[in-house]
Amino acid sequence: MTLHPELVELIRIVAYIVGLIIFIALNAAYLVWVERKVAGHIQRRIGPKEVGPWGLLQPIADGLKLMTKQLIIPYGVDVTLFKIAPILVMIPSVMCFVTIPFGENLVARNLDVGLLAIFAFASVNVLGLLFGAWGSRNKFAIISAARVVSQNVAYEIPMLVVVITIVMVSGSMNLHDIVTQQMGGFWHWNIFKFTASPLMPVAFIIFFVCMLAETNRAPFDMAESESELVAGAFTEYPGMGFGIFFMAEYANIVVGASLATILFLGGWDSPVGIFPGVIWFLLKMYALVFTVIWIRWTFPRTTFYSLLNLSWKILIPISFANLVLTSAMLKVF
Amino acid sequence: MYTYLKEICVGTWSLLVGLAITIRYFFQPVVTVQYPHQALPMPPRFRGHTELVWDEKKAGHKCIACMACQRACPSGCITILGEKGEGVKQKTTLASYKLNFTTCSLCGLCVESCPTKALDFSKEFNLAGTTKETYVYDLLKRFEEKYS
Repeated sequence: MTLHPELVELIRIVAYIVGLIIFIALNAAYLVWVERKVAGHIQRRIGPKEVGPWGLLQPIADGLKLMTKQLIIPYGVDVTLFKIAPILVMIPSVMCFVTIPFGENLVARNLDVGLLAIFAFASVNVLGLLFGAWGSRNKFAIISAARVVSQNVAYEIPMLVVVITIVMVSGSMNLHDIVTQQMGGFWHWNIFKFTASPLMPVAFIIFFVCMLAETNRAPFDMAESESELVAGAFTEYPGMGFGIFFMAEYANIVVGASLATILFLGGWDSPVGIFPGVIWFLLKMYALVFTVIWIRWTFPRTTFYSLLNLSWKILIPISFANLVLTSAMLKVF
Repeated sequence: MYTYLKEICVGTWSLLVGLAITIRYFFQPVVTVQYPHQALPMPPRFRGHTELVWDEKKAGHKCIACMACQRACPSGCITILGEKGEGVKQKTTLASYKLNFTTCSLCGLCVESCPTKALDFSKEFNLAGTTKETYVYDLLKRFEEKYS
């Protein structure tokens, strides 16, 4: 019996939607657990340990608690914006996963403009935070919104300039092609492609720093900054409204780490040239996620001015220098 | 230009130093005590509520119900009842020793004033209750329960 090709396509789409949503939900839940465990061990504590073995059921308990809470709409909020904001933050990060190739044949939809699509969706995230903060009629939220927007504008530039450098080197915006060009051992990865530009490792660091800032992670967590702004944009959100923002934050970290893996670390390519596959992609991605958590529990939050200074005075000039250098090298060699 | 580059290099290096410290901590064993499951032994000078001490020679407590501690107590939280004994000397024995721990400030004057050294601080710190009466301790009864 042969299945109708359209039916096969439909099954494929449903399988990818379900699979990706499960992947994102599991990641969001268990990265919180990982974060708390890592935070604990960095401070030489244990972290969650009471709920289930090694505290493994803790995220489920937290999720149940958040879901059973009443969704209070505070008096005087802009109800439409207030309700739409968590969705507007969550959906783009889910959409980003569509074009991410996890393995040779494991990609929901291999777009030729995959990179562009991811950045287009990722930029909606900040709009969602702005809506939520502005709509919730809270002074802390509004301060947070102002910070988030200026931070994201500042860090989008060096990130995109670095990405343009990668696109120039690989000549494609198709994420699958970008990875395929880096196959065959770690010396082929973009991070070590010194023939294209000697500044490639620096470009990777710039990308990573911008990724931290774009996902509003410490030390750039100006959006939330508990000690100054209560919870920033999320101050007025109860229960699962806050939960969705929280899930979106972790989903964004996974997107960012995946992108860094694809653009610089050779995606599913094995560093020693044997057994390329999904396992290598996940290993590299989670190593980067661990680094993100590690950085959060090492550095205190920067002040807002030094945050903007870092972007405008250091990251942007260096990323442009890298861009010019790369184009010159591409022309010469 | 020189200070600009130097600042970047020094700054990056300081960040790496910080990361090295935290990763070293990450792999070191934990130092916390898992309190409800484990507990540290209390230091010798820890002051819990007072208790009667066990004496080997008398095979019991040493209290002679002289009321010195009751008089010394600035908060008036000690109530002692003595019992006149039989015989010529009519030695007093302790009938009850009530300590109202809700007003006790653990100043230790009772321990100091005791002529027979019959009192000492216990190492008890797991104290929780729902009524005030929980904290009116009968030290004699506690003593008997502990050493029976």
